Amino acid sequence: MPDSFSQKRHAARLLIGALRRPADLPHLSLTDWDLLLRLARRTQLLGRLEADLAQLELLDRIPERAGNHLRAARNLVAHRQTRLTWEADRVVWALRGLDLHIVALKGVAYMLAGLPAARGRLAVDVDLLVPEEQLPSVEQRLLERGWMREKLDPYDDQYYREWMHEIPALRHRERETEVDIHHRILPRTSRLQPDPVLLFQQTRAVPGSPIRVLGPQDMILHALVHLFHEGDPKEGLRLRDLVDVADLLRHFGQEPGFWEALVPRAEQLQLGRPLYYGLVFSRQLLGTEIPDTVAQRAQSAAPSWLVQRAMGWLVPRAILPTHPDQSDPIAALARWAMYLRAHWLRMPPGLLFQHLARKTWRRVQTTLQPQGLGSTDKSSRS
Amino acid sequence: MKVGTLKQPLFAKILARKGITVRFGPLQIRLRTPIESLASLLHHFWRDFPLVDEPAIIDCHIAVSRHLIHRRWPNPELLILVDGRAIGPSFPLAHHFPMLEWGVNLCLARRANHLLMLHAAVMERHGQALLLPALPGHGKSTLCAALTHSGWRLLSDEFGLVRPEDGLLLPVPRSLPLKNASIDVIRAFAPQADLGPAFEGTHKGTVAHVRPPTESVQRMDEPAQPRWVVFPRWVAGSRLRLEPVVKPDAFLMVATNAFNYDILGQTAFELVGQMVDACDCYTLVYSDLKEAMAVLNELTSSANA
Repeated sequence: MPDSFSQKRHAARLLIGALRRPADLPHLSLTDWDLLLRLARRTQLLGRLEADLAQLELLDRIPERAGNHLRAARNLVAHRQTRLTWEADRVVWALRGLDLHIVALKGVAYMLAGLPAARGRLAVDVDLLVPEEQLPSVEQRLLERGWMREKLDPYDDQYYREWMHEIPALRHRERETEVDIHHRILPRTSRLQPDPVLLFQQTRAVPGSPIRVLGPQDMILHALVHLFHEGDPKEGLRLRDLVDVADLLRHFGQEPGFWEALVPRAEQLQLGRPLYYGLVFSRQLLGTEIPDTVAQRAQSAAPSWLVQRAMGWLVPRAILPTHPDQSDPIAALARWAMYLRAHWLRMPPGLLFQHLARKTWRRVQTTLQPQGLGSTDKSSRS
Repeated sequence: MKVGTLKQPLFAKILARKGITVRFGPLQIRLRTPIESLASLLHHFWRDFPLVDEPAIIDCHIAVSRHLIHRRWPNPELLILVDGRAIGPSFPLAHHFPMLEWGVNLCLARRANHLLMLHAAVMERHGQALLLPALPGHGKSTLCAALTHSGWRLLSDEFGLVRPEDGLLLPVPRSLPLKNASIDVIRAFAPQADLGPAFEGTHKGTVAHVRPPTESVQRMDEPAQPRWVVFPRWVAGSRLRLEPVVKPDAFLMVATNAFNYDILGQTAFELVGQMVDACDCYTLVYSDLKEAMAVLNELTSSANA
């Protein structure tokens, strides 16, 4: 038992160690490299490792085969980033003439603002925030200029429009990149309701683009919302989201006045709780330096002692990677719990129950399907 | 040590427990599977490939295991897992070998983005390589199998792996899947080919594999210089036509044929440019394999002299 336990811990320690101290990577054994590459691939952090090693000029001091994987990841990241930048550029073109602020969120924002959080980051979608009252004209304009709606069943479409913080994804007919238009950063049904109007007031311009980005504090709070309020039953909490938070804190922490404004801004946006967790876990897991005074002030939004203990146990288990060859029921449970928690915070109980019942039923249907689906179903359709 | 050096029962036992680590050109995989009928096929088809000394970095950890729900009844189904996750829907137990071969190729296609990957068969003779980039169903594998048993060394029937540093083609000689009618065509053309059992009813119809010739596997660390690019197309009943392709057209045809041209961006642009510049480029329409072989032989011999 101690053996498999220490092995489990080993996977987490390996990846976290690589993120915190990339300079030590040349000393890694081949066995550890093998595991690290698997863990980093699963958590989509391969590109990040490459970027760190490139910055330290250590790429030629690691095993060649590891270097190949990292270079492959770098090529993919560069390609995705080019594609995303181009898609954002096309959206700007399409919306020209509409009088509005377009605010980039997450990956595209980090790229446009040239933040260190963008390095090696594998982003998939273009996420934009626009004022809610402009939503119809934005969507209309994009549809007129070549973007199309995803095909959704009526339930999903209604789910998005009535309850969500974004409209159903749009995709240009000639390109693959998904464009997600948000009008707030948490669902309409969510318990926390950060006012989007406040977010627009503190946006910043970026060089060379009419697109704006959130103010530093808001950018971090949004990354935290993404981390703690968007669960995935398999992944639990995404480590890469916490890495974003740590990167942003480290970067903006250098700006004068940043730390003083962080907690008050979180309180103003009703996001004191996610900030509290973010500071705790970013410090605990990724070693982010946070001034004690700020950590203390954030404490005021801390939950009860019992919940603190529970989260302190659950979050690391849900967020840290486990060995890909070993099943880990505890981690699976923690991930499931974090997924449920995220949904719990997103919807009132009645709605949540209804929604999860529907999703579970669908999952049951798809797991039961594979048997005969192959040839018969396709031929009967065509 | 090679797969074939292990006695079959031992091979099957390792495969079921720790898994075996084997290398195909640049790709190192570890495979675990408890399916014994699959193990015996692999022991034969992979016999010439080297086992990897550990510790080692493994490019892909693969397992073929039974589907939880369709484990035994009514029809057992299998899943291919990469790093513990299924990479596709479950499939009938009887299709284990073709599906695994496909899964290994998928691993390479998804992970080798440090190389430019063309969807092409590649063979080499006298140090010069012939590329056959083609869409599925265009007769690339049939030609490849025929050439491979007529004095050409097999680099790959599926992947033209171009190394960005020098533009050379890296071999990844894997089993050659023949589909439907081409199984009998090759059986007649090259009786010496080591053809495995026919798997019926796969998503590509009936498939039978040719074991890569021993010499091709022994020389799988020798890259080759591209010399000819021929875009083959099998059309039933057509007359044989070999026509030169002008370089700009050839460039576009190679670029759009690549798996990851867009991902490599400028590097891919330069690599394809170099390759097309250095190669004679043709289209080949054929219906009769012997005629096609004769014209390819003539083409590659005359340029050689």
